[in-house]
Amino acid sequence: MSLLNYLSRKNNKPSASLAKERLQIILAHERASINRPDYLPALKRDLMEVVGRYIKINADDIKINLEKEGDTEILELNIALPEPLTESTS
Amino acid sequence: MSKVIVVTSGKGGVGKTTTSASFATGLAMRGYKTVVIDFDIGLRNLDLIMGCERRVVYDFVNVINQEASLTQAVIRDKAYENLHILPASQTRDKESFTIKGVGQVINELKDSFEYIICDSPAGIEKGAIMALYFADEALLVTNPEVSSVRDSDRMLGILHAKSKRAIDGIEPIKEHLIINRYIPSRVESGEMLSIKDIQDLLGIDLLGVIPESEMVLQASNAGVPVIREEESNSGQAYRDLVGRFLGEDIPLRFLEPEKKGLLKRLFGT
Repeated sequence: MSLLNYLSRKNNKPSASLAKERLQIILAHERASINRPDYLPALKRDLMEVVGRYIKINADDIKINLEKEGDTEILELNIALPEPLTESTS
Repeated sequence: MSKVIVVTSGKGGVGKTTTSASFATGLAMRGYKTVVIDFDIGLRNLDLIMGCERRVVYDFVNVINQEASLTQAVIRDKAYENLHILPASQTRDKESFTIKGVGQVINELKDSFEYIICDSPAGIEKGAIMALYFADEALLVTNPEVSSVRDSDRMLGILHAKSKRAIDGIEPIKEHLIINRYIPSRVESGEMLSIKDIQDLLGIDLLGVIPESEMVLQASNAGVPVIREEESNSGQAYRDLVGRFLGEDIPLRFLEPEKKGLLKRLFGT
């Protein structure tokens, strides 16, 4: 670091520690999502199709979550029905 | 027993081919029969870095398609008789690039070579997966920079999931971290991730640190793997790294900022 750089520098936190913090957060997040099985998006798409035959829903209304508790895996499925509930009439 | 070693990173431009060329040359300098394979189908470049671009007649895909034998396609290095290169094809056609085809070639190479170095292309597409599929060990080349570290972590996940060792459920690939283009003065001033930062983040064993060096560009201009530049810091760091890989206890070097003169201190960068 030259003197000129030093004088013009503001009291910033060193950028390397910022880089490390950001990486710690994103890597933890990505490692968790990589371990999810590949079929979840396809399952979601199929569910959308089946449910969509009876009720109008958006992709955002279906939440699928796979969690591990000890030895058991729990597949959690959450479908938020639209308000007011509209039955498809045919 | 021959060993298959993939040189990978996810991100492009971090020094995979430079590392493959120098690592393979280093093993050959130590007397091991070594072949280095360019897996970057369509974007052949290892031949240029190794200085044998004008001697390429047949390539990897020709061998897979049985249009040429391995003896015809593999190029022997002019400086080291133990060093051999199998160049990538320049066609964009990757149809014949299958696990079966690549596996046959690697198996045949195992008869004649002690080390088979696979220079992976960037990305996580077919070529990169093929390069890592048969690996026993992996050299993960990482720059001290956020996107490179993130992609390296992603690549570790792929090694754990997509390699033959992972799929067969046998002993996993042994992973080695190589930090490339390290600039000690910038680490000291807190503007570059340190060795410890990167090790904390990726959690794998460090094999070597290669300092940023002007010599790497000059060596590539001349088609000489930088490990052969005895005077240069990066060449020496690669030699150390090869020694460590072979089980020697060699301390890291070139981790302190170079001393600057007073004028440079005041007005330099």
